[in-house]
Amino acid sequence: MVTIHGQGVCGGIAFGKLELLKKSVKLVQKSHIEDTKREIQRFEQAKEKASQQLRELYEKAKAEVGEENAMIFDIHSMMLEDEDYISSIKSGITAQRLNAESAVAMTADNFAHMFASMDDSYMQARAGDVRDISERIISILANASMAGISSDSPVIIGARDLAPSETVQLDKSKILAFVTEEGSSNSHTSILARTMNIPAVIGAVGIMEDIFNGTDIIVDGFTGEIYVNPDMHTVLKMQQKKQQSDEQNKLLRKLRGVEPKTKDGQKILLYANIGSIEDMPSVYANDAMGIGLFRSEFIYLERKSFPTEDEQFEIYKSAAQKAIGKRVIIRTLDIGADKQIDYFQMPKEENPAMGVRAIRICLSRPNIFKTQLRALYRASAFGNIAIMFPMITSVKEVKQIKEICSEVQNELKSEGIHFNPDTELGIMIETPAAAIISDMLAKEVDFFSIGTNDLTQYTLAVDRQNPLAEAFCDIKHPAILRMIHTVAENAHKNGIWAGICGELAGDMSLTELFLAMGIDELSVSPGLILPIKQKILDTNVSEIRDKLLNKLLNKLE
Amino acid sequence: MKEFTYTITDELGIHARPAGLLVKEAGKYNSRVTIECNGKSADGKKIFSVMSLGVKCGNTLTVKLEGDDEVEASMGMEEFFKKNL
Repeated sequence: MVTIHGQGVCGGIAFGKLELLKKSVKLVQKSHIEDTKREIQRFEQAKEKASQQLRELYEKAKAEVGEENAMIFDIHSMMLEDEDYISSIKSGITAQRLNAESAVAMTADNFAHMFASMDDSYMQARAGDVRDISERIISILANASMAGISSDSPVIIGARDLAPSETVQLDKSKILAFVTEEGSSNSHTSILARTMNIPAVIGAVGIMEDIFNGTDIIVDGFTGEIYVNPDMHTVLKMQQKKQQSDEQNKLLRKLRGVEPKTKDGQKILLYANIGSIEDMPSVYANDAMGIGLFRSEFIYLERKSFPTEDEQFEIYKSAAQKAIGKRVIIRTLDIGADKQIDYFQMPKEENPAMGVRAIRICLSRPNIFKTQLRALYRASAFGNIAIMFPMITSVKEVKQIKEICSEVQNELKSEGIHFNPDTELGIMIETPAAAIISDMLAKEVDFFSIGTNDLTQYTLAVDRQNPLAEAFCDIKHPAILRMIHTVAENAHKNGIWAGICGELAGDMSLTELFLAMGIDELSVSPGLILPIKQKILDTNVSEIRDKLLNKLLNKLE
Repeated sequence: MKEFTYTITDELGIHARPAGLLVKEAGKYNSRVTIECNGKSADGKKIFSVMSLGVKCGNTLTVKLEGDDEVEASMGMEEFFKKNL
């Protein structure tokens, strides 16, 4: 068995034979021509044909993956008609007496290089678009057909890179998964794979070996791992994983794009909790509407010294970009208590759960805090980032935080660095103090997210790490549920929204109650999103609201 | 000649899709449409030229219009930016 590691860009497991697609025209034959008029005419005809193909692809993609995703082919058409592009090709033919194929190839290189050298990963990925339209013209000129699938039964496609047009042209009923050696998670292939929900792995260096052609492989689009000639143990393990993900997929196909809304029209946002950037594929795979909790601790935990501002910025930026406009709520450093990091050199505490943890570390060591905030604000220019602060107990803390945030904003402004000044600021409600003064806190922030794990331990005075005390830890204790109700009411009275991101958010026996309370958002681990969505769709809040709330408040009906 | 300035509020800046729409809008007018940003300038009717500016959220552009329909073009383009970017 050979294991190849790539980056999973679309979750799912596929078993099948690998078919390697190699471009039929690899090298462009460079030749010197005499009849430049005829060569220009050849180019014009090829361009016309390419343009016609693109129109057809646009229609095909529009039907298969929707207008938004099909737009790329419309843009390709415009690129094909770009005056600078055309005149560069024509001058290659007339001035340098190049044949049309190599004039196109030369122009493609120049334009692709221009994009590749831009300082923005999205624009860098556009170099692929230039190559795609140019290869299309060259293929037409060389009378070669684009690579197609030769097998009659479904296969796993392996390629160096797949251009968007190739991805769409391939017969979808024959594709079990995509594996490419190159590509980026921003590339249209990744986006299309996700839209079509086909497992996809990019950056799988080594997959293009000829000896792998036709062998049995397993693709894990969640982890990015590919097993070539898998052994029995791996097959069994992956079969189990596939079964789970297939069930999920069945649900997904039914619920994909369906807005979580109760029978009587009450809406709720369903977000995902993630602990690292590698979890992003499962976020898409489960149709999350955003990230409700991005735990930034992992950036600190996985290393031996403090992460720099730039390192953090790259991670947050990538999360913001990968979410393509969806809200990404990033929680600032939450360590202490059960999560300790050596290089922080925190003094030993008798009772760390009640000691200097989370926001208390940040406020007592503002340099660490400011570095993270700078990175977050810088990333806010690249997507829809919201910042959330953990372990709040007082209005004073929130005011202090906001002051530091405006200091950071002023610094960035004076350095001429872009950020979104309207970045939403929210707090975790995870201490009884915060829940009880939520009416006061609501005036200071843009949103609340209720962290039920800590709220439970602090309210019930039960250490969640202590198995002996477990019997006293009633996670559905009315004290907790009443607090959640109060927090939601106080949020709404002050015109802000309230969500839940703790474990309780994923407890389906409480979904109806949360809807009755008017909770605006539930953030849960990605695998729970679809089952909860189903539950929401099946609920009629107006029928149950009074009964559930009266019971909670111990009122007689 | 007419000109106006505009600050990009779209989070992704002028990425492929809005660049395509922008070129289509600019193509509706006879006037020359020049976009200046970060010390570079681009022809608003050419998609590669527009994309090569690498315009990001927060960047301020100067858009210049020159030609027989520059008044309409200026109004049309300004409205386009407000609506899409």
